[in-house]
Formats: sequence, structure tokens, C-alpha cells
Amino acid sequence: MRAMNAIRRGLANGLVQAFLVVIGLVWLTPLAGLFLSSLRSVQDTAKGGWWTALASPGRLSFDNYSALLKNSGMTQAFWNTVLISVPTTFLVVVIAALAGYAFAWLDFPFREPLFLLVVALLVVPVQIGLLPVAKLFGQLGLFGTIPGVVLFHVAYGLPFAVFLLRNYFAEMPKEMLEAARMDGGTEWRIFTRLVLPVGRPAIASLAIFQFLWVWNDMLVALLFADSSSQPLTVQLQSQIRQFGSNIDVLAPGAFLSLIVPVVVFFAFQRHFVQGVMAGSVK
Amino acid sequence: MSATTLVKQQAGPRAAGPAPARRGRRRARLIALLFVFPALLLLGALVVYPVLFSVGRSFFDASGTRFVGGDNYAEMFRDPATLKAIRNTTIWVVVAPALLTGLGLILAVLVEKVRWATAFKLLLFMPMAVSFLAAGIIFRLAYDEDPDKGVLNAAVVSVHDAFKDPSAYPTARGRQGVLTQGRDGSYGTTAATGRTVTLPMVGVLPADLPRDAAPAHRAAAAGARPDELRGVVYLDFTPGGGGRQGVVDRRESGLPGMKVEAVRAGRTVASTTTAADGSFRFSGLDGGSYAVRLPAANFAAPYQGVSWLGPTLVTPAIIGAYLWIWTGFAMVLIGAGLSSLPRDALEAARMDGANEWQIFRRITVPLLAPVLTVVFVTLVINVMKVFDLVYIIAPGPVQEDATVLATQMWLVSFGGGNNQGLGSALGVLLLLLVIPAMVFNVRRFRRSQR
Repeated sequence: MRAMNAIRRGLANGLVQAFLVVIGLVWLTPLAGLFLSSLRSVQDTAKGGWWTALASPGRLSFDNYSALLKNSGMTQAFWNTVLISVPTTFLVVVIAALAGYAFAWLDFPFREPLFLLVVALLVVPVQIGLLPVAKLFGQLGLFGTIPGVVLFHVAYGLPFAVFLLRNYFAEMPKEMLEAARMDGGTEWRIFTRLVLPVGRPAIASLAIFQFLWVWNDMLVALLFADSSSQPLTVQLQSQIRQFGSNIDVLAPGAFLSLIVPVVVFFAFQRHFVQGVMAGSVK
Repeated sequence: MSATTLVKQQAGPRAAGPAPARRGRRRARLIALLFVFPALLLLGALVVYPVLFSVGRSFFDASGTRFVGGDNYAEMFRDPATLKAIRNTTIWVVVAPALLTGLGLILAVLVEKVRWATAFKLLLFMPMAVSFLAAGIIFRLAYDEDPDKGVLNAAVVSVHDAFKDPSAYPTARGRQGVLTQGRDGSYGTTAATGRTVTLPMVGVLPADLPRDAAPAHRAAAAGARPDELRGVVYLDFTPGGGGRQGVVDRRESGLPGMKVEAVRAGRTVASTTTAADGSFRFSGLDGGSYAVRLPAANFAAPYQGVSWLGPTLVTPAIIGAYLWIWTGFAMVLIGAGLSSLPRDALEAARMDGANEWQIFRRITVPLLAPVLTVVFVTLVINVMKVFDLVYIIAPGPVQEDATVLATQMWLVSFGGGNNQGLGSALGVLLLLLVIPAMVFNVRRFRRSQR
């Protein structure tokens, strides 16, 4: 009887393993397809699917990538992506940390209702901001510029960022802050010397999450960036109309655009997962 | 701990006197306002003001000069394109979050049972780091309709062909004047036993000719015994020219793998498949005349798989890509809830002899309900706003079949529609749809503060 149960359990476990292996393969295949496609010549792509390349791996090469790096539009777009996502991340973290600390520990009029407003703004879709902000930026001369794209991203990143950091800072022991105030520390000193170091884990999660969010954005840049300030996503999107004949550009371009977030993800997986989980119900 | 509070009370306002205390407090408030000012300024100017502006703008016409009341909202439910978008968004909201939560729950429970759980979770979570654009390109490739290019159709076709033999020569035709074409697409001729019959075919693509195909002329010359009926099916075409029509020339190839039937009085009495040189042989037949037939199955057009990105399947196909991105999220979040379940409840149930399914149904799922709700609500909010994936995956001509609220809002406002009144109304509709989630968030937050 016990032996039977053991066998049955072993069998069930085997089935579970097999099922998960299949799921894993299903998840890996599309990505492998993109990577192999990015290494194939136009002629090979026209002849057959990427899996045929497995039979003749010698025909794979990085030629598409070197062609991409010689394409000034692409390299410019890559730099624009960096120039948009890095300042956005920095600004979101700084502005949200300041506000988060104030919402958690400082006293000012309408503190509670204002924070509830921030919580309410968590789910506001960016779509509703596109048109009015485009008009506003048009008047300010920011439309079609990198600072414009950055500002829009910062504003729509703030509700989550302020929410996350305020909640994290609020967990700090009250005595710690009071002791620092007793020692005559100014609020600025307390903020930079105490709050920021203590909040490092939350700030790291936020920074990674925000960086990836902006790096991966297409919608906002599609509207607010022009051809000289457009990031990689928009540059690639503009080639998608002739999908079939552009695979030698689209596949390596997409791979280039996803390798940065994936490396960031694997390097900081714990922070990233925490950031995403904290951002649920966003 | 109590020492600091004590010190604070002593060194508090009382020691400093009332007037400087008020001034100090005002100064503290000013500093606090300086801390929140940048955030409030940006939120006010770029989030709150746009919301109000859009609400107002949605009551004006396309050019923004004439007040039209609720016309834009009525138009939304009249215009076939926006109606389609509303319908598709409904499909998304009904299907995707439920599928994802279910799949995430199953995987979260199963992955606990294997030793490589961490690696599996990482793999499934990774697509969360990938942009919708890259994911869109990935799935445009995977969903390609040509089974020689799209991996999904390649798989579908190979599974299909494993159960149903693919036809060998989809383009072949019988030589006119020699063979007669049946009404069902078959080709045939008549022959008597003791004879060797030749069946000339044309129109075979070089790629369809098997590599082991051998010249047919020798088999065509072979004699048949009295109770036999022999024959060759061959390609009546000499590469480079010079062949004679209806005659098996030296360099003309047999067609292997062709199904052949011998029919008498409407009944198939024997069937076989041709050899490498295209030859076939029916033996042990009653003497007499037979119809030799090449059934239509030899010439059926090959199965081409599923039209994933066609008008009917495009939305399910894009939802499939969405599952690829978000399943890991659901699984990891539910997994975190799972690991915080009280072990004793599960152990007690096991001691009482409950099986795994009963434990799952009666204990795990009810205890996980709060986490499942959070996952589900998160997904609903995100699904309503889905834009990039639809914009990228749906090919140009199919865009209007795949359109959702967010893409429609884009098209109407900026992508040629240029009707910013209707566009604003669509934006407001999107906002209205997420208001329940807004209320949910605010309530949850207030509860957590108590």
C-alpha cells in the first residue's frame, strides 16, 4: 500500500516535471526564434524558418548587427533611449524621495487628502494625458524634444514612486528620526544622511522598475518625440509596416532593445521582482 | 526609547516659549512644502490638469470650437470602429485576466513541487522585462502564416501531417490525352492484366520531386505475368528538353510515393504505392480489364496551418502574446502568497487524509483569495490599457479587426482620425473604466493605515 503510494507520487511528480519542462520550452522558443532570426541573412530568412538554421549553424553571423551599428538612425535612437531613460529614472527617484519623506514624516496642510490623491492617480492611464500635454508642450516649445518626453514620463511615474517610497519611509522607527532631530539635524541633512540610506532597498527597486518602464516605452515617445529625439522602440516601430522584408533590421533591433532590460533584470532580479510586486494594482 | 520621548517633552515647545515655537512650526511647514512641491507641480500640471482638460474637451467637437454636449459619447457607441474597439476590449478584460490568474495559480502550485523552481520562475518572469515592442516583433515572427517561416504554424502543420499524410504532388496533373481526369480530381486510365501501363504526369515542381526518385524507363519495359498488372507513374518531362510526350524517355524520372488503385466495376480491388522508380504492381488479380486510378489525395493542396493574424483569430493571438509576458507575474505574486499560507492548516488536512486536489480546492484557493483578487485587479487594469502589443502585432489590414480602446483612442486623436473631441471622450471612457480600481486602491490604502 505504502509502496503503491510512493510509486503514484513519483509518477505524479514526473508528470509535473514534464509539464513544467514543456511550459519552459514554450516560453523559451519565441525568444530563441528572435535571436536566431537576428543572425540570419536576408536570403536565408526568405528561404525558411529560423529553426532550419539549427542544421547549418555555420551560416549564422553577426552581420545584421554590424549593419545596424553602421546605421546612424539606429545608433542615434539607441542613445536617445539612454538619454530618456536615465534622466527620467534619476528625476523620479529624487522627486519621489523628497515627496515620500514629506508625506511620511513632515507636517503640512492637506497632507492626508493630497496623499489620497496620489493613491488615486496610480491607475490613471497615460492615454488621457497625451492630447492636453501635447498642447501644453507645444506652447512651451517642449514638443518633439527629449526633455519633453522625460517630463511626461516623470509625471506619470511619480504616483507609484511617491506611493512606494512614502510607504517604505513610514516604516522607519519614529525614534530614529526624533533622535536625529534632537541632535539638531536640519530636515535636509536628515533626508540625505538618514532617510536615503535607510530607504536604499526601496529606492533600488523603484529605480530599476522605472528604468525598465521608460526604456521599454513606445506610446509616449511615439507622440512626444520627433525623428531626432525618438528612442529605439519608435525607430523600430516605424519599420514594422514592411515586416516581412525588414526582418534583418527588426530582429537584431528588437534583440538589442531587449538585451539591456534582460541583463538588468538578471543582475537585479530581487529588486526588480519586488518593484513589480509593489507596483501591482497600478 | 522612552528616554528620548522624555527628553523630547522636556526640550519641547514649553522650553522654547510659544512665539518662537509657532515661527518654528511655520518654518517646518514651509520646508515640508518645498519637499513636496516638485512632485505636486508635475502631478498637477501633467496629470490632474490633463484629466480635467480631457473631460472638458470631450464635450466639444472635432476642432474644439463648438460645444456638442454628450454627442461624442453617443458617437462612440454609433461608430462601428469604436464599437469594435469596445467589443474587443471587453473580450480582453473577460478572457486575459481570468486565464492569467488561473494559469499563474496552477503554475505557482506545481512549481513548488520541483527542485528547479527558482530557475523556472526566473524564466517565466523574464518577459516582464521585455518591451511590448520587442514582444510584438517576437510574436509577429512566431505567428507568421507561412509554415516555412512561422514556428507556430510549422508546429501545427507537422502535427496535422503526422495524423494525416500530406499529399506528395500538390501541383501535378495527368498528361492530357493519355490520362483521363475524374470529377473528384483523380487521374486514371484503363489496362488489362498481363500488361505494363504507363501513367505520364506533368507539372511537378522540382522541389516536390523526392531525392531518391529514379529513372522510370527500365520499369516501364518490364513485362507482367498474366495475373499481374504492372505500371509506372513518371514525370513526362526530360530536363533540358528532347523528350517525347507520352513516352518514357531514358532520363525521365519515376514518381515515388504515389498512391495507385486498381478499380473494377466501381470497387477498389487493390491499392499500392509506387517505388523509387515510379513502378507499381498489382498481383493476384482476376484476369481482365481494370481502371488504374491515381486518387485525388495525391494532388491535394498541402495543409497551410492556421491564419493566426487573420481577422478572426488576431485578438486571441495577441492575447496569447500577452500571456507570454504576464504569466510569470501572476505566478510569482501568487507564489509569494502561497509561501505565506499557514503550514499547519495544510498539514492538518493531510493528516486527515485529504488528497492534493481537496487541499487545493478547499484550503489553498480560499486562503489565497485576497492575493488572487490583487492579481486579477492588477491584470484587469493593465489589460484595459493594452496598446503597444495590438499596435505592433496586428498587421496593417487587420488593425481594425484587432483594435482596442487604447489603439482606437490613438487612431482617432492622432493617427489620421484627427477628431480630438471623440479622442478625448475615449480617453475619459478609459479613465472611467479604471475608476473602480482607483476606489479599490484608495480603500485598501485607508484600511492599511488604521
